Amino acid sequence: MTETRQPARYTEYHPRWYRSRVSTWWWLAQWPYLKFILREISSVFVAWFVVVLLLQIRALSRGSEAYAAFERWLQNPLIVLLNMITLFFVVFHAVTWFNVAPRAMAIRFRGKRVPDFWIVGANYAAWAAVSLVLAWFLVRS
Amino acid sequence: MAKQSNEPVLWALFSAGGVFAAFVIPVHLFLIGLAFPLGWIPAPGYEYLHALVRLPLARLYVFALCSLALFHWAHRFRYTLYDGLQIKHLNELIFFCCYGGAILGTVWAGYLLWNFR
Repeated sequence: MTETRQPARYTEYHPRWYRSRVSTWWWLAQWPYLKFILREISSVFVAWFVVVLLLQIRALSRGSEAYAAFERWLQNPLIVLLNMITLFFVVFHAVTWFNVAPRAMAIRFRGKRVPDFWIVGANYAAWAAVSLVLAWFLVRS
Repeated sequence: MAKQSNEPVLWALFSAGGVFAAFVIPVHLFLIGLAFPLGWIPAPGYEYLHALVRLPLARLYVFALCSLALFHWAHRFRYTLYDGLQIKHLNELIFFCCYGGAILGTVWAGYLLWNFR
């Protein structure tokens, strides 16, 4: 008599943790959370800038009339308003990015860690220099 | 899942795009979006800008800026949607839409700049 038995199958015990449900709007509860979400949302405005830049390239490629139309489009009050909001967010992105730079790059000099202040300061100085160089290229009447 | 092995590359693109965007986008946006259209600073003429973008180095710069900034957006926006909305069942869709958008934007930038006349 042959007995066919399935080998016993064991499943690992998996505890089910108690987790209270988090509201979708958790990030409105406290300023640091809201700041975090605003910082993350800044990426949408970075993408919007890319769209504007590529539309400018396309208009330049199509000739002076197309470029004049592009310039008129930029004067549309709604676009100006959107670009004002965009400027706020891209500056917010830059400031928050530079302020965490010391945590991303721990630079050592003569065996000692360079203080955060100097790393942040160097970033702001470089930001100013880069901005001036780009403005020098673009501000030509 | 492929997601895990790609993560360091995607993070590196996010980080590079974040640095690039932080240094150059504020001044670009201030000039193109506000100062020139509102007449605070005289806008550069068509001929000058056209000649500027004809330079291969300028086109390379625009291409790198557009592509890296879009991958920066894709990574950040993906996690904003994951954490902010907590819609786990849509995570794969979000992943493909974000990076798909960045890839499409990169292709568009490459097309425009390669064929720039």
